[in-house]
Amino acid sequence: MEVYLDNSATTRSYDSVQKIVSRVMCEDYGNPSSMHRKGVEAEKYIKDAKEIIAKSLKVQEKEIFFTSGGTESDNLALIGTARANRRAGRHLITTSIEHPAILNTMRYLEEEEGFRVTYLPVDRYGRLKLGALREALCRETILVSIMYVNNEMGAVQPVEEAAEIVKSYNPGIVFHVDAIQGFGKYNIYPKRTGIDLLSISGHKIHGPKGTGALYISGGVKIRPIVFGGQQQKNIRSGTENVPGIAGLGMAVKESYTNLDEKVAGMRELKDIMIAGIGELPNAVIHGYTDEKSAPHIVSVGVAGIRSEVLLHALEDQGIYVSSGSACASNHPGVSGVLKGIGAGREFLDATIRFSMSEFTTREEIDYTLETLYNCVLTLRKYTRH
Amino acid sequence: MKFHTFLIKYGEIGIKGKNRYIFEDALVKQIRFALKEAGGEFAVYKSQARVYVDCEGDYDYEEVVECLKRVFGIVGICPVIRVEDTGFENLAAAVVAYMNEAYPDKQLTFKVEARRAKKSYPKNSMEINCDLGGAILEAFPDIRVDVHNPDVLLHVEVREQIYIYSKIIPGPGGMPVGTNGKAMLLLSGGIDSPVAGYMIAKRGVAIEATYFHAPPYTSERARQKVIDLAKLVSKYAGPIKLKIVNFTDIQLYIYDQCPHDELTIIMRRYMMKIAERFARESGCLGLITGESIGQVASQTMQSLAATNDVCDLPVYRPLIGFDKQEIVEVAQRINTFETSIQPFEDCCTIFVAKHPVTKPNIERIRRSETHLREKIDELFEAAVSSVETITVY
Repeated sequence: MEVYLDNSATTRSYDSVQKIVSRVMCEDYGNPSSMHRKGVEAEKYIKDAKEIIAKSLKVQEKEIFFTSGGTESDNLALIGTARANRRAGRHLITTSIEHPAILNTMRYLEEEEGFRVTYLPVDRYGRLKLGALREALCRETILVSIMYVNNEMGAVQPVEEAAEIVKSYNPGIVFHVDAIQGFGKYNIYPKRTGIDLLSISGHKIHGPKGTGALYISGGVKIRPIVFGGQQQKNIRSGTENVPGIAGLGMAVKESYTNLDEKVAGMRELKDIMIAGIGELPNAVIHGYTDEKSAPHIVSVGVAGIRSEVLLHALEDQGIYVSSGSACASNHPGVSGVLKGIGAGREFLDATIRFSMSEFTTREEIDYTLETLYNCVLTLRKYTRH
Repeated sequence: MKFHTFLIKYGEIGIKGKNRYIFEDALVKQIRFALKEAGGEFAVYKSQARVYVDCEGDYDYEEVVECLKRVFGIVGICPVIRVEDTGFENLAAAVVAYMNEAYPDKQLTFKVEARRAKKSYPKNSMEINCDLGGAILEAFPDIRVDVHNPDVLLHVEVREQIYIYSKIIPGPGGMPVGTNGKAMLLLSGGIDSPVAGYMIAKRGVAIEATYFHAPPYTSERARQKVIDLAKLVSKYAGPIKLKIVNFTDIQLYIYDQCPHDELTIIMRRYMMKIAERFARESGCLGLITGESIGQVASQTMQSLAATNDVCDLPVYRPLIGFDKQEIVEVAQRINTFETSIQPFEDCCTIFVAKHPVTKPNIERIRRSETHLREKIDELFEAAVSSVETITVY
């Protein structure tokens, strides 16, 4: 049995996504900037995708900008606003558990462009401490960036409350949300919440890799970080990735069809997993297990078995998972997020992440739990001394 | 300047008496193999105790030289201009043109070294030396002749066509692979073993390799890394048959039955045994390891003696006297370093005890191994018979 439980790393595309991508590549392959009919046809795909995404966020179409993925959206959001607003102040705020696309960009702004960055701590469940946010805000603050769902353990961040705090302190501060793990699982309405910038990625929601978008609220000052033919109102130059954009639009449309039902299904499976893992001796689930955690992510620490070993043992049985976060797990080492929540030493390099999708079935979860149980029993006999 | 031919100089193989043809044929074969990677048509042949690579049509000079620089047995690579014999005047003009292009700065000394293979040519070699030297002196007033220690030794060889060359690009030396039998390399994912394989291959030995992987303790990526390393070594050593052995069960059984501080040594003894079995099956005359005295606990003199104890075939350890830095330098030169340092666990590092024995006593190790009696033969045969063999090049 093959069970893919690494959907927070990437997902299988919807069939409809594959169809539209291939149609754009082979039939409607025009350059959207071309004057002739081929160009107009191609442009239509971009318009449609924009419309779908704008609707899902309840924002205007002109506020959607396409990028090469979550990482570029995050880079554009942070570097673009930091540079455009540097005269207003040089202080940025984020959390200590962000994705490397945020953390390393912040580090760059700190080291190379002279900004000051505050990294907010989280509680033992991996949720941002709002009190710390209140204390960190100052007259110099121009940008606050907080993720919607943490990618390693699934903790949902108090984004609404944070936006409230930021905006009541100073409405001029730009509030960015990295929603790469949350988009497609939650209804997110930036205008209602007070979000100025929102990053999304296509391949986490059954769209193509290399696709993403940044929502930029009308009034936000932002500068481009790539230069060229001035496409997308000169915010993001470069011939639009039309097949990718069409695929992204289709993925958003499908993801948000019957969303509540799908999320409820994942939540149910997650509860089954949590109950099953509860029976494993010396294993913990990191973070919250209730509504304050994402419906699709379960992060499990199994004392005494290095995550890489357990991962390959499960792989042998056809089950695909991640150790820590897939984006960083090419580098063996200890997860900063787990350290941040004060996880026990025995779990730091012994944590794996299961992440489901709407396609995950009950049979798959049952098989996974049974296999996990057997693997843990066998592997625990051979721990390193 | 477009070169039409590369004249290949080989040192050591020139002195092998009546066996020389074996070495030359192997060299020709290896050059042909190496040039498969370069685009273009090449004719490789030997003639009058030399090997030539004629380049027909278009080719990329840098690419061809890079390929040739990886062929063991080559001491020097001389890029040659070939001209038709259309009278001495034209030859002199061609030689002057060559000198002009090859040496933009004319503040140098030179000597012409002619060789007349085609005896019907009207001038003998002394006359050619003289007359071509004169033409060059006349063309470039700054140039001087120095017959004892010239900056430029200009070779002019008269055959059916006339060959002109003066530059020698150093080759890797050594002997053509395939002229000295075959040996089995124990290839891990580390820095040392690929270098060891390279060094033995340099002496003309064809290489096969054995890799031990231990799923799920080692990953698919660790396995791919070893395949990549074998591929890099094969650029020098020619195609390598790589045996991939699943070592997990043996490793776990040793872990269950033996003292933990002896795990590494006992494990290595079984690796040697398995590699030796494969070596014998495929006609290898020895084993190769990347060991260097004292580098880690399993490479002390006592540990080496303990692992050596299980083999009947000779074990070649070309890095035995090298420091780590010296090994790294070779690894960088042969381009295996970057691949070697990718951070994937190999099966040696999985079960390392905190304090492994550094001075194992062979008698004690043998005693410990008696605890394995019950199942080890069966596991050994299972590992050997389930081996996966791939050829990389």
